Amino acid sequence: MNAAPANRDSPIHARAAFDVERVRRDFPVLDQQVHGRPLVYLDSAASSQRPRPVLDAMAHYETHDHANVHRGVHLLSQRATEAFEGARERVRRFLNAASTREIVFVRGTTEAINLVAQAWGRPRLAPGDEILITWLEHHANIVPWQLLAGQTGAVVKVAPIDDRGELDLDALERLIGPKTRLIAVAHVSNALGTVLPIGRIAALARAHGVPLLVDGAQGVPHGRIDVRALGIDFYAFSGHKVYGPTGIGVLYGREALLADMPPWQGGGDMIRTVSFAGSTWNELPWKFEAGTPNIVGAIGLGAALDYLERLGVEAVAAHEQQLLALATRAVSAVPGVRLIGTAAHKAAVLSFVMEGTHPHDIGTIVDMEGVAIRTGHHCAMPVMERFGVPATARASFACYNHPHDIERLVAALHKVREVFG
Amino acid sequence: MDLRDLYRDVILDHNRQPRNFGRLDAADAEADGHNPLCGDRLHISMRMDGDRIGDVRFEGQGCAISVASASLMTEAIRGRTRAEFEALFSAVHALLTEHDHVPGRDLGKLAALGGVREYPARVKCASLCWHTAHAALERAGAPVSTE
Repeated sequence: MNAAPANRDSPIHARAAFDVERVRRDFPVLDQQVHGRPLVYLDSAASSQRPRPVLDAMAHYETHDHANVHRGVHLLSQRATEAFEGARERVRRFLNAASTREIVFVRGTTEAINLVAQAWGRPRLAPGDEILITWLEHHANIVPWQLLAGQTGAVVKVAPIDDRGELDLDALERLIGPKTRLIAVAHVSNALGTVLPIGRIAALARAHGVPLLVDGAQGVPHGRIDVRALGIDFYAFSGHKVYGPTGIGVLYGREALLADMPPWQGGGDMIRTVSFAGSTWNELPWKFEAGTPNIVGAIGLGAALDYLERLGVEAVAAHEQQLLALATRAVSAVPGVRLIGTAAHKAAVLSFVMEGTHPHDIGTIVDMEGVAIRTGHHCAMPVMERFGVPATARASFACYNHPHDIERLVAALHKVREVFG
Repeated sequence: MDLRDLYRDVILDHNRQPRNFGRLDAADAEADGHNPLCGDRLHISMRMDGDRIGDVRFEGQGCAISVASASLMTEAIRGRTRAEFEALFSAVHALLTEHDHVPGRDLGKLAALGGVREYPARVKCASLCWHTAHAALERAGAPVSTE
């Protein structure tokens, strides 16, 4: 250990394996005991932890720079506006969007999808029009379309998945017809870990002239996204799943589409002029940002993306893939365990059930062993139904997880067997 | 906290071998309970004997706490009047939620659920069956007098 700091700065070490010990030190929350044992946090797919640079950026803003944005001529308002709009530019670079006019700050993925449903879909859709989704969607990419269908008479069509949790791409293509108005799919399934072939889905969408929305809540934390290279029309994600704070998220929309959409919510900041005879709208993206935004959230998100880029998006993804491979082997070797979701291409999510033990009991017992996992239906009830289970236990991995965490999980699962044996 | 405070032998036994599991034909009172957090689903059916619960069954799937609690409940409420059921429901609710709970009465085997109060996320698991049975009795309305 004594020699480590010297090694760490050497060029050889820079090319060496991902330094998870060093990463862990950036996350103060990990340094604690729960139920008398060191915390093992395996619930990042629900919400990831925040590294110190994110916490510091937010604290700095709140301590020194806070004022309302886009309003005052005074110095603090200018600083706040610069920081807020700087975060927007940070997000643009991260997604490789053409312009910051295409980056709308929202509360999270859910709000982004609802915005598209109401501002893009509602004025356009007619009875019999179709919205095509998949069987593995999170409720956030199902319910907004059901609401829209109820308002317009449109119909929600669902492309099937197979027993491994992979999307049936041929079936998806067969479901695209003359009435299809939008394809809305997850980038990564939160319940199964399946990574969808977004490039191929985008090519299908383009070939049929149908816009594509991607729910990227679980996609952004695990790999590089290039909305232009992929040809995505709408991309939604949340700050808190990518090492940023809650209450901030992003809707990327291709400018031509956003420009054609009416505002979603009315209020301050989204207008150019207001009179009782009528009002005119602000330019993109502010047309979709009524009211004082979550300024500190956006700043935290910008810092989170900086942090992820510093670690290296690809390096983090490779580290997580190693953990996933290790966990897949180790957890499926525990007697009675059945994995739910065994797609060939998965992100760092491992869903499973144990014979004779309800996932909720698994969750409580492993928590007592200091291991935090998620149990339940993961806001994906149709997925649970598809696999014939009421719920699953789910371990998910992030940049700060160590192979030891998987050993602790497996030991805790043996404890479950002991209690219920 | 010790896991065995939650998963006591009585709980594990009733989870493994639930008592009164199934559905009554021609039930006088029935209701479905659902806990969306964990996906637990319960069906409770009762046959009334005047004001008394003549017979009771439960059916469904859930975690060990939920299944054991329902199983224990069916044993505890058979033969009770509606008023006795409500009093027992209150006593169990207090057992599940109040710290430093001093039982006002001997709850018998139901006392095994006392460990749940240390696990706030699990209180709903243990109380789902009671809420469902309560709803079944409410829905059945006042008993029709045969005199």
